[in-house]
Amino acid sequence: MYLYLLKRVLSTIPVVVIVVLFVFLMLRLAPGDPAAVIAGDYATAEDVERIREQLGLNDAIPVQMYRWITQLGSGDLGTAIFSKLPVTTLIGQRLEPTLLLSLTTIVFTVLIAVPLGTLAAYKAGSWIDRFVMLFSVAGFSVPVFVLGYILIYVLAMHLQILPVQGYKSPFEHGFWIFLRHMVLPTMTLSVIYIALIARMTRASVQEILQEDYVRTARAKGQSEFKILMRHALRNAAVPIVTVIGLGIALMIGGVVVTESVYNIPGLGRLVLDAVLARDYPVIQGLILFFSFVYILINLLIDLSYTFFDPRIRY
Amino acid sequence: MTDHSQDAIMADAVLSEREDPSQLAGMLNNRAIFWGGALLILFALIAAIGPFLTLDPTELNPIKRLKSPSAEAWFGSDFLGRDIFSRVVYGARVSLVVGIAVALISVGIGLILGLVAGYVRVLDAVIMRTMDGLMSIPAILLAIALISLSGATLGTVILAIVIPEVPRVVRLVRAVVLTVREEPYVEAAIAAGTRLPLILKRHILPNTIAPLIVQATYVCASAMLTESILGFLGAGIPPEIPSWGNIMSEGRTYFQISPWIIFFPGIGLALTVLAVNIVGDGLRDTLDPRIARKI
Amino acid sequence: MLRWFKPRNLSAIAVALSVGLGGMASTDASAESVLKVIPHADLKNLDPIWTTAYITRNHGYMIYDTLFAMDESFTPQPQMVEDWTTSEDGLTWTFNLRAGLKWHDGADVTAADCVASLERWGKRDGMGQQLFGAMESLTAEDADTIVMKLSEPFGLVLESIGKISSNVPFMMPARAAATDAFEQIDDYTGSGPFVFQKDEWVPGSTVVYTKFDDYVPRSEPASAASGGKIAKVDKVIWTYFPDQTTAMNALMAGEIDFFESPSNDLMPILDANPDVTAEINDPLGNIGFSRFNHLLPPFDDVDVRRAAIMAMKQEDYLAGAFGDQKFWKTCYSVFPCGTPLTNDVGSDLMRTGDIEAAKAALAATSYDGTPVVIMQPTDIPALSAFSLITAEKLRDIGMTVEVQAMDWSTLTSRRALRDPVADGGWNIFHTWWIGADVIDPMAIAFSGNPDAGWFGWPTDAELETARTAFAKASTLDEKQELGAKVQERLWAIGASGQLGQFFTPVAYRNNVEGLIKSPVQFFWNMSVE
Repeated sequence: MYLYLLKRVLSTIPVVVIVVLFVFLMLRLAPGDPAAVIAGDYATAEDVERIREQLGLNDAIPVQMYRWITQLGSGDLGTAIFSKLPVTTLIGQRLEPTLLLSLTTIVFTVLIAVPLGTLAAYKAGSWIDRFVMLFSVAGFSVPVFVLGYILIYVLAMHLQILPVQGYKSPFEHGFWIFLRHMVLPTMTLSVIYIALIARMTRASVQEILQEDYVRTARAKGQSEFKILMRHALRNAAVPIVTVIGLGIALMIGGVVVTESVYNIPGLGRLVLDAVLARDYPVIQGLILFFSFVYILINLLIDLSYTFFDPRIRY
Repeated sequence: MTDHSQDAIMADAVLSEREDPSQLAGMLNNRAIFWGGALLILFALIAAIGPFLTLDPTELNPIKRLKSPSAEAWFGSDFLGRDIFSRVVYGARVSLVVGIAVALISVGIGLILGLVAGYVRVLDAVIMRTMDGLMSIPAILLAIALISLSGATLGTVILAIVIPEVPRVVRLVRAVVLTVREEPYVEAAIAAGTRLPLILKRHILPNTIAPLIVQATYVCASAMLTESILGFLGAGIPPEIPSWGNIMSEGRTYFQISPWIIFFPGIGLALTVLAVNIVGDGLRDTLDPRIARKI
Repeated sequence: MLRWFKPRNLSAIAVALSVGLGGMASTDASAESVLKVIPHADLKNLDPIWTTAYITRNHGYMIYDTLFAMDESFTPQPQMVEDWTTSEDGLTWTFNLRAGLKWHDGADVTAADCVASLERWGKRDGMGQQLFGAMESLTAEDADTIVMKLSEPFGLVLESIGKISSNVPFMMPARAAATDAFEQIDDYTGSGPFVFQKDEWVPGSTVVYTKFDDYVPRSEPASAASGGKIAKVDKVIWTYFPDQTTAMNALMAGEIDFFESPSNDLMPILDANPDVTAEINDPLGNIGFSRFNHLLPPFDDVDVRRAAIMAMKQEDYLAGAFGDQKFWKTCYSVFPCGTPLTNDVGSDLMRTGDIEAAKAALAATSYDGTPVVIMQPTDIPALSAFSLITAEKLRDIGMTVEVQAMDWSTLTSRRALRDPVADGGWNIFHTWWIGADVIDPMAIAFSGNPDAGWFGWPTDAELETARTAFAKASTLDEKQELGAKVQERLWAIGASGQLGQFFTPVAYRNNVEGLIKSPVQFFWNMSVE
């Protein structure tokens, strides 16, 4: 098991290297750099050049890359060009909202999708089943921001039962205020994932329900509920968890939009702003950060298989 | 040896939906492809012919801005006085082109890379690590950054959406190749001296077709949604070319004054993506990926 | 492990969590008054000398103070200065600072600090450069006295050091002002009515200011940037919203007190809301510009430029970008209508607004079909609209047009390039200046010197002579005469298309009081009931 872990960690290194190279080159080759934005409306061409010199943007690309990599080596993700704050500080400020939003979305999704999918599989062919299938296809088709606007309009403005926007940390304002502000963003972001996971759950559970051992269990007189919990879900856990993992990786796109619509100061918006402003250190640092998170999640998912399916050993 | 890689598990789960002995499957199969396909053909027709029958979608009429739907402007007008009905019809063209182009290109590239990775050991590691690298960069960010790199045109947007979609296709094809290679009849063919191109063509390729087609439809749907998100974030196709995404993006400020600017393209997008998804499901149910089932 | 998921245990865990976390709810701060603001942009950087960005200027006004400041009638009034004297020949100016001025860290404000601040400002700002060009020396005679010796008469001394908009000559401690003018400061100590809370700054989202208790306001009532700057709230929090609709909803739901620049089209909804007041707070408004690149064909030909301007009908631009007519008016002077230098010389060109006439004028030139590249910033709706409108008009008069969509960042990089279009150059971009920034010929937007001028780089010696003379003029009549001359030249060379005057409203809840009428948004004097 530990050998496996070691192998996995080692094999991520070339992946990370590729990501780093790719991002770095891409940014340097992009038209538009921060120097001109910084220089402002009164800038002469000489001013812009000076600023570019200062930011080190005129050095050869390998030189810039070398500088960045040695910086990384000492745990320094660089300093934002515009705000002059360390990138790690910026990430630290914005991590909590994005993390908590993702967590509540995942929890909410699993709590709704897994029972829904299981129910649909159990009652295959009934109206519940058709409804779930229809919902799961429809859920995939609606753009996140349209859903967001509609929810805000109906629930926050018309019915006025929820706040319009904003993020309140549970550590400062208490759990319930945090939750109130999280309801709409979570609902908006979850729809796609509920659709995806409900469907996967349905497929996996349905397959298992046809297995011989389930028939045997029924013949033995086990309650339906126990069958579902102990056999169906347990065995379906692996593909379900896989899909959850994939979903997390895909979530960033939805997070960026949700954070924009609901005005949540998270990492998604940070990256979007940084890209539009060409704040290289922030973009590089963040993409690196996201890659690490993705790799870590993948590893955790793979490790979780051993928990769900004792036959899987590394 | 059972493969516990995530690809295998995913492929298994996706394809296991096919195993549905109930009546539902039988009904859904035909219904799905029928209705979904019909809707798609309708949209394709609108996209192809519509533009000849509508007003100029770029014609500005600032005096007649933000008019609600009426006989004169079926879907109303936007903040520059442009006719939204015309823009939505033109937008259908763009969205469909983006969806189909991304699907075709990514499946094409993914097929080639996946075949190579599955068959040529040496390149396998290189290709797969690169794919892993690409996958670990969030797709939206990759797309935004790529578009910033090369400016926003229809072509670059398509390319920017293709690149993050390729790795998944590559993994799927590679998984198929790896399994098929182990099959006895393939081993026999190799032993008999059949050369590689023929093996690929005769044995491996046919098994990849079915899952690829299914995957292509999902890629198409996902691409259309991604394009709309890019447009929404201001990083998509330039607004001179109306696409459902950028119509909605330009209209977001007016959501509570003139909701039709977002409403009509939103409905159009949702229905089209829905149709594509339904067709994909139907295809997955009817095509017979017997070998792929075993992965 | 599955035991954990038994319903009984789960609910116990849930209860424990909620009690625990709920108990951490902060008791709201006692009687602290807070003004919650949505600023017009995200505060990206904090040095108002290094950048001209309006949001950084607004930040500057929160935490810094100035020697002189503009009042409602655009007259510079003393602010940090108690009194001043001018020598008979007008070449020596002596300024005495007010008593009791302190920095946020408790130290006294000294003349040396002010001298250093002015010098740094003079390196970047256009007017500052003019001033320092005419200056022989600037010294701190003692802790409270600044002495400025000019080498030649300069008619705009107070107007330049009392400038209301970018770059504003804010006073900083000498140690901060010692920073190179092309690098950003990192010490944000000021002497203004509010203190910047650096630890609470979340770039892209939140900026927090607290009241500076030791600030000594003047006794006069507040008038634009001048007068007594009394902070009537304990805290001001700026929260940037990337989404206009959400911002408006937040204001209406009471989650925010002040919305600095709602889109004009949201006004009907804001007007209809009984708890919200929406009004125009800036008498000068903003002026839209359609800027040509004078170095590249086809706009290197003055007749082509003038023909293009003839096609630009202000009403179309203003209605298209800003909607309801109560938010805009046509203005055919290069100076904002309603200001002292407004005049009509040469404006017939801009009044034309006629496609047919423009078409004829274009046909009479040697225009050969060279494509016109318009840079369209899709992330700024008004400028995006302007770009499309210009594209349509130019096409209508017979020009070949290519609209290139990009974001504002890319545009600001590309507009600095003088290269041919094929190498990344451009022909037209659109922008606006606030009225206060184009109120007289000294504005860089009106420069006729391609080496030191604004992007677009027109060349006109007569224009430059008039501008230099304006700097030395002392009477209003002289200034108006020179202003008319400058305008005449600007129209004669077709420097830019002027797209009209528009006003951005502000919106705030009815319990907010003390709003100061001014082209720049100030937050002193404002309170929340």
